[in-house]
This record gives sequence, C-alpha cells and structure tokens, in this order.
Amino acid sequence: MSIFIDQSTKLVVQGITGRDGSFHAKQMMEYGTDVVAGVTPGKGGQMFEGRVPIFNTVEEAVRETGANSSVIYVPPAFAADAMFEAADAGIAFIVCITEGVPVLDMTRVRPYVLDKGARLLGPNCPGLLSAGKSKVGIIPGHITQPGPVGLVSKSGTLTYEVVYKLKGAGIGTTTCVGIGGDPINGTSFIDCLAAFEADPDTKAIVMLGEIGGNDEQNAAEYIKQHVTKPVVGFIAGQTAPPGRRMGHAGAIISGGAGTAEEKIASFHANGIGVAKRPLDVVGLIQEAL
Amino acid sequence: MNIHEYQAKELLAAQGVPIPMGEVATTPEQAEQIARRLGGAVVVKAQVHVGGRGKAGGVKLAKTPEEAREKAQAILGMDIKGLTVEKVLIAPAADIDTEAYVGIILDRASHAPVWMVSAAGGVDIEEVAATDPDKITKLRVDPRYGFLPHQAHLLATKLYSDPKQVRATAKILQQLYKAFMENGASLAEINPLITTPAGEVLALDAKLSVDDNELFRLPAVEALRDESAEDPAEVTARNANLTFIKLDGDVGCIVNGAGLAMATMDLVKYYGGEPANFLDIGGSSNPEKVVNALKIITGDPNVKAILFNIFGGITRTDDVANGIVTATKMIDIKVPIVIRLTGTNEEIAVKILADAGFTALTDMDEAVQKAVALAKGESQ
Repeated sequence: MSIFIDQSTKLVVQGITGRDGSFHAKQMMEYGTDVVAGVTPGKGGQMFEGRVPIFNTVEEAVRETGANSSVIYVPPAFAADAMFEAADAGIAFIVCITEGVPVLDMTRVRPYVLDKGARLLGPNCPGLLSAGKSKVGIIPGHITQPGPVGLVSKSGTLTYEVVYKLKGAGIGTTTCVGIGGDPINGTSFIDCLAAFEADPDTKAIVMLGEIGGNDEQNAAEYIKQHVTKPVVGFIAGQTAPPGRRMGHAGAIISGGAGTAEEKIASFHANGIGVAKRPLDVVGLIQEAL
Repeated sequence: MNIHEYQAKELLAAQGVPIPMGEVATTPEQAEQIARRLGGAVVVKAQVHVGGRGKAGGVKLAKTPEEAREKAQAILGMDIKGLTVEKVLIAPAADIDTEAYVGIILDRASHAPVWMVSAAGGVDIEEVAATDPDKITKLRVDPRYGFLPHQAHLLATKLYSDPKQVRATAKILQQLYKAFMENGASLAEINPLITTPAGEVLALDAKLSVDDNELFRLPAVEALRDESAEDPAEVTARNANLTFIKLDGDVGCIVNGAGLAMATMDLVKYYGGEPANFLDIGGSSNPEKVVNALKIITGDPNVKAILFNIFGGITRTDDVANGIVTATKMIDIKVPIVIRLTGTNEEIAVKILADAGFTALTDMDEAVQKAVALAKGESQ
C-alpha cells in the first residue's frame, strides 16, 4: 500500500508543453506513472511524446480519459486558476508544483478545493512518490526503493537527502510526500500522518519540518493522541536568524515564535525521536523498525 | 518585502484613512525646513525596515524647527539593528487622548486574513499578546466573502463607546482592509490609532509588509522597494534570482533548495563551525547562477572556506560543475572550495571537476566537516 497515489492513479499534467511540465511528464512516464492526458490551452488535439493526448481544458481531459489526479506546472500568475479548474473538473487529487503563488490567492483556492471534496498538495512542493508504483511531481525516482517508511516533509532536496541516506542503509519507503513550505497550502503534516497511520504497509514515519509557524507543534500533539506508529522528526533552521525569510515563504521566525528549539522541544514533549542531523534519521528509524 | 512608514502612510491615505502625512528629509537642514512649513511640534522618525525604532532612539519629539534639525542630525546616520538610517520622516505631532492598535495579518493557522485590535495601543503588540492576551480581539475574515461591514463595526465597538468614534473607526478598518488586499500585503497595521482631545480618530503610524509572491502583478508596489535600506549583497543576489541572507560566520554555503540549505547551515554549526550565509541557488540552476553565487560569497571578506552542497533532482549536477569551473576561471578565489555533489548526472559532474583539478565528495557530513576544518585553518 501507499498513500494518495498508486497504480490506479490516472494523471493529467496541466502545463504539459512548458519547459518544466514536459521534462517532468517524461520523467514520470519513465517511472511508470499512468500519465493519461496533458492540458495546454490552444494545443488541444496534439500528442505529447506520440502517446499522451493534449486537451484544451481539464474538463475535456477528464471526460475523455477518466483522469482522477492532476499535477500543475504553470507560472505563478496562472496557478490559482489552474487549481480552481482542476477542482471544477472533478479531479480528486491535485498537486501544485508551482513556486511563488501569492498567499492571498491560496486563501481563496484552499476552501474552494476542500468544498469540492478534493485534496490539494502544495503549492510550492516537490510532489510525492509511492515507491515502485507512481510518482507525481519532481522527486527523482532513483533515490528510493519500496520499503516500510512513510516520509512527509516541507522541503524537496532535504527529502532527497534523507531518503537517499535511508536507501544507503537498505531502507525503502511506502510514500514520500513533500507538502511544501508556503504559509497556506492544501495538505498538512497531520493529513499525511493520518494517512500513514491508516496505511498497513507503513511501519514507521519520518517527519521533516522547518522553522516558522506551528505546524510541527500541532503535528506533534496529534501524534501523541492519534499515531501508534513510531515517528522520527527533524527540524531545519536551527541557525536561522529571526525575522528573515529563509527561502520558503513560510520559513520565517516571527515575533520570537516558530523557532527550531520550540519545535524540537515540542517533539520531545510528545515522545517523538528527534534527529540532530539528517544522517541520524537513519539510526533512529533502524531502532524504530 | 517591507516598505517604509512614509510609503505605507501614502498607501493608506490613498484609501482615505485620516493620517497626518509629514515629509521625508535626508539632511538636518531639510528636516528644519519641513518642520517650519508644518508649523507646531513635529515627530522625527527614522525610516528603516526594523521594529522597535522608538526604543532604539530613532523616534524623537521636536517642539521647534531648530530642535527638529538637531534631532534629525542625531538620528540620520544612526545604526538601528545593523541598518543605517538614511531618511527621517518629519510628521506633525498630534495631541493624544487614547492610543489603540489595529492590524490585519495573513494567518497561516486559520488560512485567512485575521484582524487583531486592542485598546492597549502604542506599545509592542506582541508584548500585549504575550502578557495580556485578553486585551486583544481577533476576527477571522472569510476570504470568499471579504471583510463585512458589521464585522468592522463590531471591531470598532471593542475600541470605543462614542458612536461617532465607532463609525469613524469602522470606516478606517474597511479602508485598511482594502489597502491590505490591493497591495498584496501579508501584514497591515496602524499603531497607534489615536483619539484626540477633540474626539477625532487618526492614524499616527502605518506599517505594511508585502508578500514577495505578489510583486510580479503589482509593479507600483515593487517600485516602492528601497534598495539602500537592504544589504547590498542581498540586492545583488535577488537580481540574479538567488536567495541570499548574510550571517556572521566564515563558512560560505552554496546549496540547492531552502530546506537543505538550512540543514547545511545547521550541520556546519553541529561540526563546530559558523555559517557565513544562507544561499539557495534554486531548482533548475544554470552555470550562470553558480557564477553569480560564487561572486556574492567571495565578496564577503569573512568567508574562509566555501562549501557546495548539491543534491541533483531537477538541478543537474553537471550544470553546477560547469558553473564552478567557469567561475573559478573568471574570479580569483583565494579560499578553499569543498564540493559535495550527488544525484542527476553525477558521473559527468565528477569528471568535469576532476579535469579542472577539483575533487568532488558525495557525502554531506564529510564535506561539511572538511569545510569547517579548512575555515579554521586546519589542514585535512
């Protein structure tokens, strides 16, 4: 098993003819993801790589191919509307890779998508990968293998670093999910923890957080209440100065809140193992398994 | 992006908020002339992008134009939390009866704009929130329907009982909300919102932070950016599409991805070193980005060693390797470079670097330890 995506995922790629969209559509197809359609307004009727039909609208793509998931690679100015469009077309799982989406746009997109009963992952996230089954987004396929660990993270390359180190120790994953580092997004740590708790193949969970906000603290309390599987945590940004946005829009210590110390203390207080270095995740997971 | 107080005041005044404007001076003489023109007492206020200006001595009352010149003389050039004061705002001093706080922020926990108002204004609102949270009224705005008139009225009644002041305040709150939305703000506040002995409600200060992600569609707001109020290296980095934040250490870090960049800084500290910066070269890094990154890092005289930590996903490590080789031919780099590369096109990258005389490591911990040792002048 895995969470959110597997062999039954039928994917439509919004922005399939763009630079990033076309590159990653090919990568996903090589990994084995069932890419059933692409959408680029004005290019309907063409074929991508000779085998994936391109449509003008998501509505048409869903009607013609039965797509149930979508991934969005469009510029920030069009990302909000692309998410609205996917939800309107009845897509159940929407992944938005686009970085730089205005936060005010997300205040409107999030309730809209939820009202339609869809799940949104991102924006500004690397997507997710269910090892050996399907990948949606930009996580490189070769860095992990099927195994018992579920991973949820706010960061892309830090995720790669950790799953690659796990692979080096012979440990694989069920699903790796990057929820993104924006202040308002579709899927939270808690959503992923609940899904991993319910997934019988996931035996242990890795949670990679960072400074800013209190998502990690809320997740820690949730774990104490609702998660029976062992969880290993890591927080990036212990050396970050307050008041400065560390790359991700949400990674900022504001008003003395959202520090790494605060989050690590909250992990400890709720019985979660904390890795001091990315490398230490491996040892803690080995103990947990 | 932060903008100056005088710029925020202009944006609020454009919505109709009653706000004594004043004028900006860059010299003591200008300050005196402005004070003379305004007549009466004035407040001289440092225009820098940090909070706590008052406590740092950056806000002074002046009763006469001559005094305004003296106060401006003292404040201009002053260092407040690492930033030099280049401009002062000369604003008319108001007779204050009561001081309140009104502000709206984009709140991540409630996924929406949230109001905070308090009759305990004029002080640091974070302090009030910490010590006396009951004195703050919060209200979440449903972004689908916007800020409703009765909500503005409700918040105003939390501040005043006089019906005229309540009406005036409700109007100001709606104007502030409009300024918040139209300028893509993540925070907009008036502190203090005052009443005068005559019963008027006035905004005496204004603060607005803009979501950087909004700037592409708000050119008029982007034009308010004052590069002189920022670190020059950070300005250069932004113009090269890099995210750079200067720190005080001596290990220069060049990393792809924000989370890995933070984790790399933390690891430098873990192994006994101090990071000189946060630098994220982003996803699809072409060689030119690497050249720019190296230029910025080598511009910091504190840097004793440079550490590359690249995990190639979308980033092709051969692009980074080409960038390093190109940059080292263009710039005379006097400090040692430690390179860690792994991921997409790693074999090609290692060969490019080897041909140019560099050794690439594949392990992050090993690379960080080596960079820390080199920065301390220890040989490996």
